[in-house]
Amino acid sequence: MTADAPLIEVDSVSRSFDVSRSAADILRGRRPQIHAVTDVDFTLRRGETLGIVGESGCGKTTLGRMLIKLIPPTSGTVRFQGADIGEMDRQAELAFRRRAQLVFQNPFDALNPHFTILRSLQEPLRNARVPAAEHEERIAEALRMVHLAAPEHFLMSFPHQLSGGQLQRVVLARALVLRPDFIVADEPVSMLDVSVRAGILNVLREVRDRLGLAAVYISHDLSLVRYVCARTITMYLGTVVEDGPTRDLIESPLHPYTRALVQAVPVPDVNQSHDPLPIKGGLPDARNPPSGCRFRDRCPLAEARCAAEVPRLREVSPGRRVACHVVA
Amino acid sequence: MQRTDDIRLPRHGRTALAGIARALRGVWEIPRRDPFAAAGVILYLLFILVALFADHLVTHDPREILFDENYDLARNLLPSADHYLGTTYSGRDIYSQLVMGTRGALIVGLTAAISVVTIGTVIGLIAGFFGGWVDTLLMRLADVALGVPFLPFVIVLAAMMEPSQWNVVLGIALLLWPQSARVIRAQVMSLRERAFVEAARVTGAGPWRILFVHIAPNVLALSFLYASIAVGWAILTEAAISFLGFGPSNTVTWGYMLQDAYASQALGREQYYWFVPPGLCIIAVVVAGFFISRGYEEILFPKLRD
Repeated sequence: MTADAPLIEVDSVSRSFDVSRSAADILRGRRPQIHAVTDVDFTLRRGETLGIVGESGCGKTTLGRMLIKLIPPTSGTVRFQGADIGEMDRQAELAFRRRAQLVFQNPFDALNPHFTILRSLQEPLRNARVPAAEHEERIAEALRMVHLAAPEHFLMSFPHQLSGGQLQRVVLARALVLRPDFIVADEPVSMLDVSVRAGILNVLREVRDRLGLAAVYISHDLSLVRYVCARTITMYLGTVVEDGPTRDLIESPLHPYTRALVQAVPVPDVNQSHDPLPIKGGLPDARNPPSGCRFRDRCPLAEARCAAEVPRLREVSPGRRVACHVVA
Repeated sequence: MQRTDDIRLPRHGRTALAGIARALRGVWEIPRRDPFAAAGVILYLLFILVALFADHLVTHDPREILFDENYDLARNLLPSADHYLGTTYSGRDIYSQLVMGTRGALIVGLTAAISVVTIGTVIGLIAGFFGGWVDTLLMRLADVALGVPFLPFVIVLAAMMEPSQWNVVLGIALLLWPQSARVIRAQVMSLRERAFVEAARVTGAGPWRILFVHIAPNVLALSFLYASIAVGWAILTEAAISFLGFGPSNTVTWGYMLQDAYASQALGREQYYWFVPPGLCIIAVVVAGFFISRGYEEILFPKLRD
């Protein structure tokens, strides 16, 4: 396998969930479903960091969970080094688990309240059958990477005795202790105070530079993505609407939805103009999204064609893809 | 930058043991918060001490028929320095019976509680975690067990088998597990959605490891609560069975004493010193168990205190 071969290949992955049926649904024989993710594809190489942005409910967390084999896709495949992660037997799955890790959003819930911090950090090593003699070195290494001060003071503590920032570093250390090739971080700082976010973001950046792993950062926050990700995908209602180098995507967003997201980032300037955002309304019902382009009913640029035809993700310049009839 | 090169990993016990230790630590928190629970703990400790040292505390063999110096049956004696609580109609020392009965009661109570809670916890864990047909099967089984009338079932069981205190334990274990199983199932169903369970999956833990290593310590406190309730139930049931005459004839229990007193018309002879003490002991143990479980419950669910 060459260094340039993709580590992760996501091939037209979709995921729908059943929702509870109303009496009318049952009478008409309908099985309403939410299409959380529809036809997403992208590839990720070693050393690449990909940001996935979008508002809540756009399917970014579902996508992240499929990448890490926590839920299976309804259709499509996710391949890790060419192997379909949906087809893995227990042995192959264990090997995959050693190499792909998840960083959780809520550090207060991600650690077992009855485990000491040490025990939580040891659990991945134990499951990966790493010899006990190496545990100490591996844990020390992971704690160094996340810059946890004076670990000997809290290794025997329980999670409720630590602060949110410390907990998130522990969660990060737990993901790194297996020296993974791929990590997915789902809103890694959204539950933290603004004051400790910067610290965690620095750690994420250092990890990216030092380990050269492939990483996916899921966030609603463009500033996080800009800080750690070389490439970014914008999702809207389960579909990818724009994909490109983070800097281009933020400095010259093409898709009207990405433009709105960029405009929505607060700027610390009291004299900032308060132009209304160019999009209207709220997120439509995911059970029956609008025909054609899913964004059309909120889009300031919508044309007749947008209702009739689903826009495909088209390459507009090298490495830059957008799904819009109007701008591309 | 801080140095972390020289950290040493402290030793630590196994998870299940740590979970039990933590649940037990909860027990020691009770007395400080709740005087009733403190009284319950003290009573229990007292009974446990009496049961442990029963051999040294008895003044006579509780089953021995006693005779006075004239070789007359030493029956219906009033309490005295020789017989603290007098003697029975057939000339046995009541105080010694009461002390030995403590041991019998606690053995039945504790073994029954342990079996009830072990069965209930394991079934609750499995039903709550795996769901689907496993859950349906186990919960319908629980419904059946809950539908069987308790005392008649234990009596039939005791009558069909050799009379022994283990029948009572078996009957209680077979019928009382659904209560704890249901509560623990509900708890597991909420725990399995928590992120730390998902984290265990991501780090490669298999389903059984997730269930017994990651989830089980989080429900052990509930198991203890149900154990403390089951102890009282078991002792009451054993007493009832013995009183009705289906108990073992070779061991002395409080229920056996009551049955003996009843059959010998102690009430008619106003021998209160015979049947009141075992009755009070039964009440005391059951009430103590209730107080402890109540105090423990308040620690588990602090909202109850309001």
